[in-house]
Amino acid sequence: MKLDRRRFILSAAAGSAVATAGALFPGISFADWPKITGNSGVVSWQKAPCRFCGTGCGVLVGVVEGRAVAVKGDPNCSVNKGLCCMKGYHSVQALYGADRLTKAKIRKNGEMVEVPIAEALDLVAAKLKETRDKHGKNSVAIYGSGQWTIPDGYVASKLFKGCLGTNNVEANARLCMSSAVTGFMTTFGIDEPMGCYEDIDNANVFITWGNNMAEMHPVLFSRMLANRKRRTNVKIIDFATRTTRTSAAADKSILFKPQTDLAVANAICHEIIANDWVNWNFVGEHVSFHKGKTNIGYGTEDNFAFTDQDEAIGFEDYKKFLADYSPEKVEKISGVSAKDIKYMAALYGDPALKVTSFWCMGMNQHTRGTWINNLVYNIHLLVGKISTPGNSPFSLTGQPSACGTVREVGTLTHALPHGTVTDEHDRKMAAEIWGVPVENIDPKPTYHTVEMFRALDRGEIKFMWIQVTNPMVTLPNLKRYRNGAKKEGHFLVVSDVYPTPTTDVADVILPAAMWIEKEGLYGNSERRTQHFGQIVNPPGEAMSDTWQIIEVARRLGFEKQFPWSPENYIEKIWEEYRRFHAGPKHEMASYQVLSERSGVQWPFVNGKETRWRFNPKYDPACTNGKAFDFYGKKDNRAWIWARPYEPAAESPDSDYPFWLNTGRVIEHWHTGTMTRRIPVLHNAMPSSYVELNPEDAADLGVVNGEKVKIISRRGEVTIPAQINGRGVPPRGMVFVPFFDESYLINEVTLDAFCPISKQPDYKKCAVRLEKA
Amino acid sequence: MPIFSYLAIPRSGAKESLCAELSALEYCRVIPAENHEVVVLVTEAPDETSEEALQGKLKKLQGLQSLSLAFGYDEKLGRK
Repeated sequence: MKLDRRRFILSAAAGSAVATAGALFPGISFADWPKITGNSGVVSWQKAPCRFCGTGCGVLVGVVEGRAVAVKGDPNCSVNKGLCCMKGYHSVQALYGADRLTKAKIRKNGEMVEVPIAEALDLVAAKLKETRDKHGKNSVAIYGSGQWTIPDGYVASKLFKGCLGTNNVEANARLCMSSAVTGFMTTFGIDEPMGCYEDIDNANVFITWGNNMAEMHPVLFSRMLANRKRRTNVKIIDFATRTTRTSAAADKSILFKPQTDLAVANAICHEIIANDWVNWNFVGEHVSFHKGKTNIGYGTEDNFAFTDQDEAIGFEDYKKFLADYSPEKVEKISGVSAKDIKYMAALYGDPALKVTSFWCMGMNQHTRGTWINNLVYNIHLLVGKISTPGNSPFSLTGQPSACGTVREVGTLTHALPHGTVTDEHDRKMAAEIWGVPVENIDPKPTYHTVEMFRALDRGEIKFMWIQVTNPMVTLPNLKRYRNGAKKEGHFLVVSDVYPTPTTDVADVILPAAMWIEKEGLYGNSERRTQHFGQIVNPPGEAMSDTWQIIEVARRLGFEKQFPWSPENYIEKIWEEYRRFHAGPKHEMASYQVLSERSGVQWPFVNGKETRWRFNPKYDPACTNGKAFDFYGKKDNRAWIWARPYEPAAESPDSDYPFWLNTGRVIEHWHTGTMTRRIPVLHNAMPSSYVELNPEDAADLGVVNGEKVKIISRRGEVTIPAQINGRGVPPRGMVFVPFFDESYLINEVTLDAFCPISKQPDYKKCAVRLEKA
Repeated sequence: MPIFSYLAIPRSGAKESLCAELSALEYCRVIPAENHEVVVLVTEAPDETSEEALQGKLKKLQGLQSLSLAFGYDEKLGRK
């Protein structure tokens, strides 16, 4: 039976309602559902990870007659145990928007015209070669995504770093978690969390650091709430700059002034030491103390460069450094009462309580993002609450494979699938596995993301290929970079599934297969690798991003490095890639194991997943014979850093008296290109808005729905006001979600970044408001 | 061709009568849960006028306690 469009929509409507009922009433059954959908009732179900955030929920996708018609949570996936959020339940509808890109387009005489995809790929290869020959290897670049699959990122790195010899490989995960990476590297010498989601089932106290989990990681937040309900001694403390749904559900909400989390974290450590809550055995055995450079800048100028320099210090030096951060002094900086600082310190300091700290963009999109990551680790290390069930400093990830594709594959300018381009041993390993001369791999990193788009604007980069991301909405200080992208003499290739402001500036648009229209692997926040097969066919000539890169690589003469066939290329790529991670610190599961299970956590050694790293009870890489082994650092210790409070790059003043904070909403994923094509999500949240404090709104004479002009030194946006909505900022702050391309809030934001991680701060810049 | 689906919660003890009322309405398809007092309602009105009329009838149903939208599709909204 053919499934026509009307019947498909009816089926999706019934499926959505049944799925919603399933979430509200566990175990509910609808025997008559197949009758209404007009199908035989035979729905085939296949596993996949959800693609709408970094949690990595397992979903089961229901397929009838070759179309995905339903989603339910995968009960075999330990991440979500059968539960999904609204984006997950409706995710398959994102495949079927009316304006899917199904054919390649190239710009001819200023107009985009459809061409066969083979012709477009010929042009991409020819332009890439011509640009490289004429302007040098670093005139070409690829910009990818934390939504790239692992094979997508791997072949991109192999082609550009291994074959073309340029380190111009970056991904949008630079904008969302590079501070987490540098935080891990500077404290532990090795990337990615030591804990896992099972910490939620063991902790007594959850402290969310600038992290609205209720909207951004709703399935994990539900798990926290379920634990609080089931167990008697569980508390949630929301430590944030604005009141959100997370604050509403928390046992206590504590607000701090933007950027002063640095001072509060130091004050918590001050208080832990003052009350002798330090776990001296742990600190004596497993911790060393360090300091780095201060007054490190903000990167707002082109070609900004910074290299930190660590210096070993003693505990007494560290204690002396903290003297400036007594709770009473920090109250004046942060607006957090000394009493509340002492309360948080007491929770961390109480040896009877297991504490998990969660954070995501609030700490990572921060001009001192590396530092604030270090400082929260400091707290956990001082009291020894780490690497045991329930005791976890846990950096959550925003995208489904920011960890898998960007951090593990190393799709950043300085990185390789194992290690860094600056390390000779790592270059030799890459060259050997890739089958290229080691001289091909340049030992010098080139541009991080912001600087890459500055280089495009300056004309140093002349060819850029963008896949699975929408930088013409997401880059901070957007006007500069959009104007730069439009300049003559550039050639931009964009691979995507729908038209976006980024495809608007493209010279070639390649239609991409989306999510379950291709085989792939993601890696989630808790070191879990998740395989999914191709479940439905892509529309028209849409092609996986991996295969697009392979096609271009072959046209450039790299058949030897990209020899795979369409039938099994993902398996072959995976088995090649996992050679980089052989060994107990990072061993990956085989393709066979991954294809059978709903995700596997690495290190996967002797058939066993690793739940908690650095703890020999769980981690096969521990070899020192002690209770913990922080094997990432040469001194076998985790490092406590003396990092000061330094102000934001731009703070409110008399001309621009408000903070601007930006972020997401539960209904929409990133720039909304997919979720805004899901009617039930689009109708629930059809457009963006600015959250105002009610008293600021009254001063401005604005009521709900009236337009407000937000003006910064870089741009302005006029947008409807929301007062006492789901989020309420304190006086002097406004918040704008970035999902709506009709209101490009990033024309207002500032392209300042953490000098260590190079991750921009989307949470703090100065604006003024006018009633429009 | 607006298509919507809802979770309909009947008044106490009124599930069967609500199903009968809904089934009697034009453009409505009903999927009662087997083991809960919940009914899935899928509507498929041919145009906006019929949809508005249907909405009016739904609001007047005696056995209906609440109606929660789960899915909505309209040709106009379906294309961004």
